[in-house]
Amino acid sequence: MATSYPVLNDLFIFLNSTITDISIVYSRIPGSGILLKYIKNSHQNDPFRTFLEALLVIFAIIYLFTNKYRTDNKLIDLTPSEVEELVEEWQPEPLVPTITESQRLELEKTPILNGPQGPKVKLVNCKNSLINLASFDFLGLTTNQLIKEKAIQILRKYGVGSCGPPGFYGTIDVHTEFERTISEFLGTEDTILYSQAFSTIGSAIPSFCKRGDIIVADQGCNFAIQKGIQISRSIIRWYKHDDMQDLENVLLKIKNEDIESGRRLTRRFIVTEGIFENSGKIAQLPKLLELKKKFKYRLILDESLSIGTLGKRGAGLTDYYNISPKEIDMIVGSMCTAFCSSGGFCSGSFEITDYQRISGPAYCYSAALPAVLSACATESVRNLDRNPHLPAKILSNTSTFKSNMSNAKYVTIDGCPDSPVFHIRLNENVKANSIEEKEKFLQEIVDEVCFN
Amino acid sequence: MGSNSDYTEKRRYISKKRDDDPGWVEEEPPYYFLFTTYLSYLILICFGHLRDFFGKRFKSKNYRHLKEQNGYAPLNSDFDNFYVRRLKLRINDVFNRPVTGVPGRKITLLERKTDDYCKTFQLTGNTRECLNLSSYNYLGFAQCEGPCADAVEQTVKKYGISSCSPRAEVGSLDLHLQVESLVARFVGKEAAMIISMGYSTNSTTIPALVSKGCLIISDELNHSSIVFGSRLSGAFIRVFKHNNMNDLEALLKECISQGQPRTHRPWKKILLIVEGIYSMEGSICNLPKILEFKRKYKFYLYVDEAHSIGALGPSGRGVCDYYGVNPDEVDILMGTFTKSFGAAGGYIAADKNVIDYLRLSSHASIYAESMTPLVLQQIYTSMSIIMGEDGTNEGRERLERLAFNARYLSTNLRRLGFIIYGNYDSPIIPLILFNPAKIPAFSRECLKRNIAVVVVGYPATPMISSRARFCISAAHTKEDLDVILQACDEIGDILQLKLSNNPKKLSLEEILKIEGLSNDYDKSVCIKKLPFDFLIHTELPIDLYKIRRQTIAE
Repeated sequence: MATSYPVLNDLFIFLNSTITDISIVYSRIPGSGILLKYIKNSHQNDPFRTFLEALLVIFAIIYLFTNKYRTDNKLIDLTPSEVEELVEEWQPEPLVPTITESQRLELEKTPILNGPQGPKVKLVNCKNSLINLASFDFLGLTTNQLIKEKAIQILRKYGVGSCGPPGFYGTIDVHTEFERTISEFLGTEDTILYSQAFSTIGSAIPSFCKRGDIIVADQGCNFAIQKGIQISRSIIRWYKHDDMQDLENVLLKIKNEDIESGRRLTRRFIVTEGIFENSGKIAQLPKLLELKKKFKYRLILDESLSIGTLGKRGAGLTDYYNISPKEIDMIVGSMCTAFCSSGGFCSGSFEITDYQRISGPAYCYSAALPAVLSACATESVRNLDRNPHLPAKILSNTSTFKSNMSNAKYVTIDGCPDSPVFHIRLNENVKANSIEEKEKFLQEIVDEVCFN
Repeated sequence: MGSNSDYTEKRRYISKKRDDDPGWVEEEPPYYFLFTTYLSYLILICFGHLRDFFGKRFKSKNYRHLKEQNGYAPLNSDFDNFYVRRLKLRINDVFNRPVTGVPGRKITLLERKTDDYCKTFQLTGNTRECLNLSSYNYLGFAQCEGPCADAVEQTVKKYGISSCSPRAEVGSLDLHLQVESLVARFVGKEAAMIISMGYSTNSTTIPALVSKGCLIISDELNHSSIVFGSRLSGAFIRVFKHNNMNDLEALLKECISQGQPRTHRPWKKILLIVEGIYSMEGSICNLPKILEFKRKYKFYLYVDEAHSIGALGPSGRGVCDYYGVNPDEVDILMGTFTKSFGAAGGYIAADKNVIDYLRLSSHASIYAESMTPLVLQQIYTSMSIIMGEDGTNEGRERLERLAFNARYLSTNLRRLGFIIYGNYDSPIIPLILFNPAKIPAFSRECLKRNIAVVVVGYPATPMISSRARFCISAAHTKEDLDVILQACDEIGDILQLKLSNNPKKLSLEEILKIEGLSNDYDKSVCIKKLPFDFLIHTELPIDLYKIRRQTIAE
């Protein structure tokens, strides 16, 4: 292809040699001949198809290199100067609202102990020694010498902090020892230890309850349960507080919905508390179990307040009703109530605990409980085993207190007779118009009791 | 730093942002390793499905827990469980290793064996003492003797173990107030509030601060507790690329100018949440730049200093101290006591009105158990030592030793040719392994040499960058670090880990000859950007087990 222009000539030679080089390189790739043949054949049969396929390749390349596709492209088109202006104009609300007068009072009135916790305590701003009816130290372990000695012994061997989550060298032998001791005490298969009681149920619930699952919970459940349910993103149904008839209705309704909508079987849970923190009632376990079995639900029971207090051995609600703990799928307990330490636990079958060890967020992503606290809780459980009369003593103290209070004119005691946790409420004999007024009145009583 | 040579001799260093510091580095691997990593996962997944296929037919007993049983849906679904059953189970021996004793410079592992391919483990009764590179014991306060343990013992005698009540009821002790005022003084804020668990410090404070109609802007690699708290809050969540300030600014501009989704009303408030040091990356947040944005865009700033408090800055006061920034500029400083202080729990420090409000509205203060006296005492004593209020120089010495150790190890691992993420000053040093098979191999090889390290892979990290993580402590000596360098050098050769394209690689002998830190540390690690960026940052559709990577709130 000789031309009279030497420049063009050079160019053609260059092009020619490049094309030859490329085709040589191409032919060296294994399988390239087949591809070429295929393209040639298809081109011969249907040239339009080659064109389409080339377009497809180009589209794929463009698609791969463009920015990610966005679903929320309902953005308003703004020029940079408009954006600047909007940024300039925007004023945020203050980070926190200013607190009201009554909130200020609430803050100031929060009691601060001067010295150790115990059956009798001293407050910072008050000289008198007060009888302690506010802490969850049911078994009177705050002043127990044996436990203190155990704590010091463990401190001298393990130090304080665990310095790591359980998955990364934070599983200390004292943790496993507690897990074994409490499982034996309760009569369950296995237990998993969390480093804070409040976070335990909030982590245990969402590790099993996922989107599409159904949770039926008591309306009077404590705050930690409510948060755990909220984070799980499951379908939530509430039943009236401690009302088994309403629970049955709710379960029936869900069953009917199932049949109508034909939705697939998902995990179902009933969540409730042993002793309700908010009312002092004791859950009706036999009826709960009956309904759970009838409708094929799993039962999550928060026994933070009932373990150590209810039942002959103090082993909680199952002990109280003489029911095997294996009937309950998950028992959640606290070590900062009767066991006078810190941390929480979830007890159940191996399957239940094992799965939480990899999916419970507060277990996987939080540092393990300090060894001392775990060992103290173990000691507390053993202490309860050694002193089986303690739960009976709690019961008799409770009934003495309640019977003495029963004649009071202006207050009533809520909750079940056997529950060592109860609320004393102002009754209708008190003339008060608003909640604020009642609160003020109650605060005055508290002040009177403390300072005079 | 006039007396730099003096410091080098004493093996000390001051943790402070240097102008010549290359900052946060994230080097990318050669294509070959990128390719083999994906191939490895592909093979693992294929084999997993193959085993499931035959297992379900011939050994259906073992799969019963994944199937419907007399009307009950399985507790965890087949699909969710796949990753655990088929990938993690194979290497279970490198996780949850049981320990005993103090997690200090050395850690005592309880040896265990397995007869059923890591399904169950039995303790053999033997123990093995390993050099501890796994615990967050930055300043070496995990001790069972010394001033902290002595003080804690006295406190146990006086106060007992627990106060068995939440803070807002009768759980507040005089000790709580003392520790709170010390913490406030330490971090340089008006007031502070302490919470008995680090995880719930985040998960309960964030919902108290923001709610519906507010926006949370969160770094994509923020800790699970932040994600949990953000989700609980009900606020809208947007995520920006890790430590990427351009992405953050673009997001801020978009969010403020567009307002809330659909209604386009202005946001009530915007809360930006970042961490001081990221626990898996070793990267330090770009605080000066963020504060610059804060002045312009008027968002509120929440800095999680879980890993940086005590571990960064000339006087250990965290990321503000490190950059020489006034802590007043940050609205909320959060941190934990688990790490540098050898205790447990967390704190929130802010202006007094914010803390007052949080005391009234944070779930943790109203419902969660209060911190136990012995933990409070550990915090009080260790913090006093760091502040030098015990009248000794010990705190300063610990801080400077930690800074030296961190810089020494991370510089020299880079010189050896490993790909190390994060900043040079970070006490967390992630060594990138890439191929999944190298995760257990690295851990087992280290254990053979009596070194305890943490290894993590997908899903805690992106699929491509499985890593080993070293946590450096002030309790380590330079000799310890040299032992680690030697071990890594050997293991790196065995496992083909020296993948960096750093042109100034040195051999172990050459490195050991350099006493201390040399000043000409390498800016040479060049960051090669791959054209197939999306391959590294995209999650594959086989996203079986998504815990950490957060998505935009629905």
